[in-house]
Amino acid sequence: MRNNSVIGWLLAAPLSLVLLVFLVLPIAMIFVVSFWGATEWSIYPAILLDNYEFLLTSDVTYRVFFNTFKYAAITWAFTLLIGFAVAYYLAFHIRSLTWQIALFLLCTIPFLTSNIIRMISWIPFLGRNGIANSTLISMGVIDEPLEWLLFSDFSVILAFVHLYTLFMVVPIFNTMMRIDKSLIEAAADSGATGWQTLRHVIIPLTKSGIMIGTIFVVALVMGDFITVRFMSGSQSANMGRLIQNDIALLQYPSASATAVILLITVLLLIGTLLRFVDIRKEL
Amino acid sequence: MEPRPRSFYVLTAFFVVFLIFLYGPTLTIGILSFQGPGGGLTFPMRGVSLHWFRDLFEQQAVGDIWGSFSRSLVLGLMVMITTVVVSVMGGLAFRKRFAGSALLFYLIIASLVIPSILISLGVGLIWSQSGLPVHWSTSGFGAQLTWTLPFGLLIMFAVFNRFDKSFEEAARDLGASPWQVIRHVVLPIIAPSLIGVALFGFTLSYDEFARTLLTAGSYNTLPLEIFGMTTNVTTPVLFALGTLTTVFSLLVIGVFLLVAWLMNRKRARAGSDAGKGMV
Repeated sequence: MRNNSVIGWLLAAPLSLVLLVFLVLPIAMIFVVSFWGATEWSIYPAILLDNYEFLLTSDVTYRVFFNTFKYAAITWAFTLLIGFAVAYYLAFHIRSLTWQIALFLLCTIPFLTSNIIRMISWIPFLGRNGIANSTLISMGVIDEPLEWLLFSDFSVILAFVHLYTLFMVVPIFNTMMRIDKSLIEAAADSGATGWQTLRHVIIPLTKSGIMIGTIFVVALVMGDFITVRFMSGSQSANMGRLIQNDIALLQYPSASATAVILLITVLLLIGTLLRFVDIRKEL
Repeated sequence: MEPRPRSFYVLTAFFVVFLIFLYGPTLTIGILSFQGPGGGLTFPMRGVSLHWFRDLFEQQAVGDIWGSFSRSLVLGLMVMITTVVVSVMGGLAFRKRFAGSALLFYLIIASLVIPSILISLGVGLIWSQSGLPVHWSTSGFGAQLTWTLPFGLLIMFAVFNRFDKSFEEAARDLGASPWQVIRHVVLPIIAPSLIGVALFGFTLSYDEFARTLLTAGSYNTLPLEIFGMTTNVTTPVLFALGTLTTVFSLLVIGVFLLVAWLMNRKRARAGSDAGKGMV
């Protein structure tokens, strides 16, 4: 038994080392630096609560905090609806495994290409003279180009949904594929309608997939800064943007304090979600 | 076969719209990158030309694209190899419970959900406070591993959850040493999934932005370079670059899928004939 542990440790050593140096220590460092002081050009060790005081007494923080949750909630709702529908279609309506794999890959491939490029690619579509506006004008739906298509909350959420729906599709599809098809036949034989089967059989059995997808989407949206910056044209902010702004001004202690608050929020949220699912069992 | 219900047609339409939503914008910039020299960032097309692609190959109005491409390529390969090796070792370790395994598992999940800007900031702070120069091949490399390793390990956990241990028992009964079991039984069986781990390792690194932002130092990787361009380049040269790097990603994905498919086919052909009634 003792020998087992030694082999386990040896095998896990490289992984532990990477996580220690590039995850645990950096987070500890952020925590430490969040109490440091800063001048315009340098930072110095200290134990100050100024950074937190400034952060927690500023209106901006709460507005930005609220914005972060707003983006996460709206994106979650859309990715869940779209992701569930797509996964349901692939799992229950596509009858051959080959087609299931092919269509699943088709959904997965964009995830493996650059997020930045995928954001840039909305510009010709949403811009003032973009495809959406010119189509709507030529159809006579609107007279003036819509200004809120690009560089607005609308475009931010559109980009989030575009980038992250896949993180819902994959885990939900994964759990759906494991549902015993005879359960669905049994429901139908007992006289359940399609909706009743969905509501009372499929959704409860897919819950763990939905949870894992939720964890991914919430973590990615709450931790994001680049999508918000790019798609809102720097007009909206979330916590990540606040951190990035401070970094650009070399105000690392204040960036660290914001980072600590963001980290605690994300970990509390994800920790709560993790109570509803055993990830290792679901893989 | 029973007839298709109405929901099938509704969902098929929905799925097609979803695919258009996924691929439409990328195809649009693909088309727009062939704008004529006088063309702008949106339609109409003012002629069709390779002007903007040519721009990318000239010495350069827009920064060090090819330098950053080669750095991203090398970094991607480094991250890919490390991710495969460390994930396999980690996956093997987690097959048995060991002291600290639960904690390590939570660290892996934490690595996945902690905002990438925090990794960037923390690693950057450690490097700068210890007086080390940040460089894409050291601090950047490690910061990217915190994103690729969790994916690699999740794949390995999934693989080992489905792994039939009787193959190993058979090998051991025939007198194989633990190393021989790994080398000649376990690794060949999990090899196709390693293609998946490698694909994730490479592409996630090649496209990573946030984790390299403060850890790459003065030499940019390609995503950093592209992001820099978005703030000061307003010509379709941006689309041309986007199209090229997307095509490159698609080629990489294609090669990996092809290798996985060939491996599976070879295995199917060389597989056991047990139960097929041949004497």
